[in-house]
Amino acid sequence: MSLISCDNITVRFRQHGSRQLLRDHVQNAFSRRQGNDFFALRDVSLTVEPGEGIAILGQNGAGKSTLLGVLGGLLRPDAGNVLVAGGVSLLLELGAGFHFELTGRENLLLNGAVIGFRRREIEALAGSIIEFAELADFIDEPLRTYSAGMMMRLAFAIAVHADMNPILLVDEILAVGDAAFQQKCRERIRIMRRDGKTLICVSHQPATLADVCDRAVWIHQGRKVRDGAFEEVSRAYTEFMTNPDRQLGDTIAG
Amino acid sequence: MWKGDALYLTQQLVLKDFRIRYRNMSLGLLWSFLNPLIMVTIYTFVFTEVFKSEIPFFPLFLLSGLIPFNFFVLSWVSATNSIVDNAALVKRTSVKRELFPVAGVLSNVLHLVLQLMLVVGLVVYYKVGFSVHWFWLPLIWGLELIFIIGLGLATAAVNVYVRDTRYLVESLTLVIFWLVPIFYSFEMIPAKYADIYQYNPIAALVLASRTVIFQAQAPHAALLWKLALVSFGSLILGILVFRRLQRGFYIHI
Repeated sequence: MSLISCDNITVRFRQHGSRQLLRDHVQNAFSRRQGNDFFALRDVSLTVEPGEGIAILGQNGAGKSTLLGVLGGLLRPDAGNVLVAGGVSLLLELGAGFHFELTGRENLLLNGAVIGFRRREIEALAGSIIEFAELADFIDEPLRTYSAGMMMRLAFAIAVHADMNPILLVDEILAVGDAAFQQKCRERIRIMRRDGKTLICVSHQPATLADVCDRAVWIHQGRKVRDGAFEEVSRAYTEFMTNPDRQLGDTIAG
Repeated sequence: MWKGDALYLTQQLVLKDFRIRYRNMSLGLLWSFLNPLIMVTIYTFVFTEVFKSEIPFFPLFLLSGLIPFNFFVLSWVSATNSIVDNAALVKRTSVKRELFPVAGVLSNVLHLVLQLMLVVGLVVYYKVGFSVHWFWLPLIWGLELIFIIGLGLATAAVNVYVRDTRYLVESLTLVIFWLVPIFYSFEMIPAKYADIYQYNPIAALVLASRTVIFQAQAPHAALLWKLALVSFGSLILGILVFRRLQRGFYIHI
């Protein structure tokens, strides 16, 4: 059986005003105006086998993050079925829940709990996470004293240790940090893949995923346009993106 | 589905709140004492010197009403705001959403415990004395927490859809303030309202606490049953409302 299977999922966002006050609700109830629906995903089907490393490619606003949200259980599709047969680590944002007034260590424990570590796991791992982040001397200082780079290293270090679930859903997070640290993170992810984890990574720059993914899925305006070997799909995607007067039809046909 | 450690995360959220609140106060925990002390002093002056209240041990009487009410207000408001305040975590992680309102309520408990120590201090000062019936207090407070968590789950979920909910909650607490016997005793309430009064969990908590402290008696069984009924009713209703509404959090937050 497949680890993940999606059949024709469609996600529609209703265009409601940004404000959600009582007044707006009353107005909506009395007006016949139909909001414009916006399709974030349209009839997307996807099957994932255990151990695969999949890159989800696409422009900003193509629906990549929505797809990860659906797979991670953040939202239900308006149509279609999603079946995920395993625990998921959802890493959409590095350092989710970080707070400037807390120390590095306090943030580490909080973020670890958010990501899904159990108490004993995160307490046992804290030492190696701090070492990985190269922050041993600053870990008990408040986060507000950290540089942007230090904060990123801490968040990365926690994220790349999140191997408690068989499935990892990762959003754009491999593209930051200095080269040496990036290398270390890639190494961690390669180890996780070697240990049999399934990785689904979102990016609009395929180059950052070349050595951790073997398959790529290209999403364009909410639809899946290509699905296949990483090199092939990423080449087609890059050609499309660098072509000034791009026509999707040509690329798919070619 | 989030399969993390719910208990540990709740603890971390409560600790975060506590650390942020107290770390930047030069007086720190002292504020938790100072605030009710100032309130009690001024109210006692007004009610014993101006209104000539006949109630004995007035400061203790007042605190035993004021502390439960203040806890109710603070924790209900924090629970109501909790989902919207944690929008980033709700939108970008799969953390069990119920934990935010629960942590919102629990993060006020330390503040409460410190204030309750004031009550204990006054009991010693007035030589009112302790009795075995004090063991009822944790049970009553436990029911109260269940009531507030249920209420907070419902209003936190509604607040995502209708952002003025928090103002409605704040206004409601002003009404509830006068419906709880804080400045007056239960005996002063006309008999025809007495029964309905006991269904108000905040009033029930105050009544039960005063029975324990001033009369050294167990709270009335009928009162406890009513409190339990309303508390668990609130919890069940809160969970149902929350479950129903949380499907739309991602889109509406």
